[in-house]
Amino acid sequence: MSSFGKTVFAVLATRGLQAVVVAVIVGIVSFVMMQSLPGDAAYRIAAGRYGYDMMDAAAAEAVRLELGLDQPAIVQLWSWLTMLAQFDLGISAVYGTPVADEITTQLGYSMLLAVGAVVASLLIALPLGIASGLKPNGLLDHVTLGVSIFIRAIPSFALGVLLVLIFAVQLNLLPVAGFKSFANLILPSLTLGLGLAAVSNRVIRDAVVDAMSADWRLFSRTKGLSAQRTLSRHVLRNAALPVVTYVGVQLAYLIEGVVIVETVFAWPGIGHALVHAIFGRDIAMVQGTALVLGLTYVALNLIVDLTCRCIDPRTRRA
Amino acid sequence: MTNQTEIMVDVTQTSSYFKLSPSRLLGLGLMTLLVIAAITGPALIGGDPNKQSLLHTLEGPSIAHPLGTDNLGRDMASRLLSGAQLSLSLAFLSVITAGLPGAILGVTATWFGGWPDRLLGAFADAVLALPGLLLVLMLAAISPGSWWALYVGISLTLWVEYFRYTRQRTRIVLAEPSVEASRLLGLGPWLLIRRHIIPEIGPGLLTIAAFGAATAVTAVAALGFISVGIRPPTAEWGVMMTELLPYWREAPFLILQPVACLILTVLALHLSVGGARLP
Repeated sequence: MSSFGKTVFAVLATRGLQAVVVAVIVGIVSFVMMQSLPGDAAYRIAAGRYGYDMMDAAAAEAVRLELGLDQPAIVQLWSWLTMLAQFDLGISAVYGTPVADEITTQLGYSMLLAVGAVVASLLIALPLGIASGLKPNGLLDHVTLGVSIFIRAIPSFALGVLLVLIFAVQLNLLPVAGFKSFANLILPSLTLGLGLAAVSNRVIRDAVVDAMSADWRLFSRTKGLSAQRTLSRHVLRNAALPVVTYVGVQLAYLIEGVVIVETVFAWPGIGHALVHAIFGRDIAMVQGTALVLGLTYVALNLIVDLTCRCIDPRTRRA
Repeated sequence: MTNQTEIMVDVTQTSSYFKLSPSRLLGLGLMTLLVIAAITGPALIGGDPNKQSLLHTLEGPSIAHPLGTDNLGRDMASRLLSGAQLSLSLAFLSVITAGLPGAILGVTATWFGGWPDRLLGAFADAVLALPGLLLVLMLAAISPGSWWALYVGISLTLWVEYFRYTRQRTRIVLAEPSVEASRLLGLGPWLLIRRHIIPEIGPGLLTIAAFGAATAVTAVAALGFISVGIRPPTAEWGVMMTELLPYWREAPFLILQPVACLILTVLALHLSVGGARLP
């Protein structure tokens, strides 16, 4: 096996172990949650399903039997884990539908938001980063640095609230929350995208500065290429390497952002579903959404690791 | 919560660390003011953050209420200060709780090496499998509205960074010829730790601590805002934002106050360790 193959194997092993750890942690936390929640879960779930007026002891008992809530918690945890091994996430206690079905829909919305956020961040960060990098320590460079520091200090939910107050409430340009049309995607994407761009524009700027001061750039100018052509054919291509890696790192960071921002904007994604499930004591749903979020995080980190190793041979020796 | 600080730490250079740039002075100054306000403020202002006065709701600044009153007529100034106490003390405690064991484990693991080192390394990798916020969120789900869930969750999330950083740096220091010479001369581990390891890891640890504190303050407010963290009627910045959001039209200056406090705190923490040098 080549050295490349060996490190790929090591990466796969670490991340595979992490995936197992995610499943176990989520399982244990859900187990404890089941034990420690005050009150009778069957009543609350029955009330959630049928409404507080239509709910009685018989309905609660039916729910208890249906969901196996009468069995010892350890048995419930075991049955969930065996179901998990068969890729069965169970039935949502509140909706009465398979958790996997709900999550498939939610994951689609979350991915849409994540793509929107990355597109927004690149639309903002690429022009600013490249322009700042071409004239380091110029006026634009200093201004974007200052603004970046300030924006990075604004937590994503506060940024979301500020954007809603400005664009939706005050100017009445965009919808506040929910998901009805494409316009609903703009504010949450911008919220996450601005936060990402605040850091990535500096990464892009540094990459461009490095590429502009490289010897091969001087060479390509000396051999007669125009400044324009050097920039598009050589500088930007070389600057792209660290930027691509960094966008991958940001995708993993988005997992946390998505939970908060989806809740702020009532975006029907997986993060919103998790927070909602915590309220509704929908333990199967908490398990399912937390598990999928955790596994996505591990998978994204795996992709970043492998991409780094493909792009940059130096990381293969680590 | 994690990835972005790692880049910051690499940039920090030991020699130039204690030179104070204007932006770091600004950050340290702001932070000092915030801490003084949080400690002495409630005593100076004296008001009860939860005392309602339904005849005086959503009022602008006055002598009795320098920052106005909220939707239930509670004094904004004392609520903001009470929120500052809660956030800053929780951030401080979780940074200490995460930082001391994290750094000590990092040094000891590297010092002894072998399987304990590898085991702890694998454990740190395992903790990193979950996004930090998800861990805090799940603990908050076990024990809704409790201060302890936030404290334990945030500390559990933060310790890994200290451990990994300390481990990596200590390994480099221990491999230096000067350290090897000291060891050959028979100088004890304490001297090595004091003279070689602490000066090497100190600045980086401070940077991680400041960013960790900012993460803690943000997480507390974010979870309070989406109603899975600290609960009303406790005066917490995120909870206050949720409460005041519906009254944006009548009293825009009210909701902007907790937002401003939050941004100022995070900004002060970032700047105080040279956050001006973004990656």
